[in-house]
Amino acid sequence: MSRTPLRSLQTNVYNSPKERVVQFVLGACAVATVLTLFGIAFVLLGESFQFFSNVNVLDFLTDTEWTPQFVEKHYGIWPLLSGTLLVTLIAAFVSVPIGVASAVYIAEYAPASARRVLKPGLELLAGVPTVVYGYFALTFVTPLLQRFIPDLQIFNALSAGIVVGIMIIPMIASLSEDALRAVPRSLAFGGYALGATKLEVVTKIMVPSALSGIIASFILGLSRAIGETMIVTLAAGATPRLTANPMESIQTMTAYIVQVSLGDTPAGSIAYQSLFAVGLMLFLITLGLNVVANKVIRRYKENY
Amino acid sequence: MVDATPKARTEVRDRNFDPRLPQRRRKALIVRGLFFMATVFGLLVLMVLMIDVVAKGFSWLDWGFVSNFPSRNPEEAGIKSAIVGSLWMMGLTALFAVPVSVGAAVYLTEYANRGWFYNLIQLNIANLAGVPSVLYGILGLGLFVRFMALERSILAGALTMTLLIMPILIISAQEALKAVPQGIRESAYALGATRSQVIWSHLLPIAAPGIMTGIILSLSRAVGETAPLIMIGALTFIAFLPESVMDPFTVLPIQIFNWTSRPQADFQEIAAAAIVILMIFLFLMNLSAISLRNHFERNRPY
Repeated sequence: MSRTPLRSLQTNVYNSPKERVVQFVLGACAVATVLTLFGIAFVLLGESFQFFSNVNVLDFLTDTEWTPQFVEKHYGIWPLLSGTLLVTLIAAFVSVPIGVASAVYIAEYAPASARRVLKPGLELLAGVPTVVYGYFALTFVTPLLQRFIPDLQIFNALSAGIVVGIMIIPMIASLSEDALRAVPRSLAFGGYALGATKLEVVTKIMVPSALSGIIASFILGLSRAIGETMIVTLAAGATPRLTANPMESIQTMTAYIVQVSLGDTPAGSIAYQSLFAVGLMLFLITLGLNVVANKVIRRYKENY
Repeated sequence: MVDATPKARTEVRDRNFDPRLPQRRRKALIVRGLFFMATVFGLLVLMVLMIDVVAKGFSWLDWGFVSNFPSRNPEEAGIKSAIVGSLWMMGLTALFAVPVSVGAAVYLTEYANRGWFYNLIQLNIANLAGVPSVLYGILGLGLFVRFMALERSILAGALTMTLLIMPILIISAQEALKAVPQGIRESAYALGATRSQVIWSHLLPIAAPGIMTGIILSLSRAVGETAPLIMIGALTFIAFLPESVMDPFTVLPIQIFNWTSRPQADFQEIAAAAIVILMIFLFLMNLSAISLRNHFERNRPY
């Protein structure tokens, strides 16, 4: 220690070159995240620009057929969009009630000992890779459903949607739980003091107070469902079709992206460029949903 | 205010006031049961899934399965190249992602002024965390495979995975750093430490367990990801072990995807066997993260 030379008290160690270099390097790391988002947008826009110089934007947004592999090619996004929406809708039916009920149970009912088991359990469920869920949908859920619905095709939107729903339960549950915990306990005590039962406190005071956060969890969950890839690639099929029938094989936007990159579509062809146009659509939808959800979350965090 | 005469009491019985307490209590109990069942549902599905894959894949699990290369014949097929590829991928991703993410988190919690720039980056990270993984694959394809001409190499895959897990890693590292009490910073500054000394010798060691938990969880996400690696073209029959970071590769989830999408029942069963291996690995990672967190929450030094 005594060997350390005494620094002149005039030198400003807080603003030395070394300190400034550290700050600059750390700042560059933070800026890298901004560049990532720009990078995604840049790659998508660049190739999509090529695509839209060959295909009319209006056709892309209004045509109801998606047949890039046929002789008579149509590039209408609606069949892929409807496939995605169908799967997302089924997923919402599964995940929203179960996710919110789990959140309410963990936040309001579960004793501390049960919570210590349930929360890691849900985290494990969230940690299952999507390709494993896809396997589960194709080889377990579909045969199971076929016992009750004989007309169900091997590839169908129903079992893919159910499994996507199961996949996003932990996400909705944990975000909704955060929202419920942000509500001051005094509101609940007020309800009890007026003679309400636990259920009445939960459904008439806690859930309404946390509603904006719970809705944000739905939006984030659904955005996740829209972007989910492996489950729908394995279980929902590869048939772009404008249909609301969940028994049939369909194709989602994400599954189309994977299909093109798996096949030997030559780079530079219109079919290849269509991958980026579909990706751009997916990017805009999920980014829009995320921006809205993050705004809602920010607002409820300020409220309490 | 309260009029206690019997006449007034009957008038209070409007539709907002429901005095049938036994019925209300019973209803509360039933709904509580429903809430509980919903919570357990997820865990039940997880159990069914595990039992299903173990039942289908167990008979295929032997030493040959772990030590063979993939093959057209399901009897001889193994996951050696997939396991090695997954380990390479995990190691390289950690090497790239950890320093940059921790650096970004330190900058955001310790340096950045709370202004428009800070808000922009925070909003950007929150939005990045919600970008579908397949789009990171498209970025990797355009940026690393094409533009930087890394071809379909481990390096291109690991760089793509790095971008994918950085938002998660930054968010968890920020949480860990924010949990360090302000007094520790102030006492270090009071003794004349510079900013970088405070960070290096106080904040990072104290936040290390929290950061480690985030690292393990985000790496387990990277190990399980499939779609971005399909996009950059990792789906190939690899019958050799990679020797450098520029070699082509395959990983466990891609091998599982490949086998699952074949119509033959035998291949679907060896997919189940590969899933068993992947899930055991991921469970161990998750459990170590969870127990690390529980351990340090119980034994906080301050």
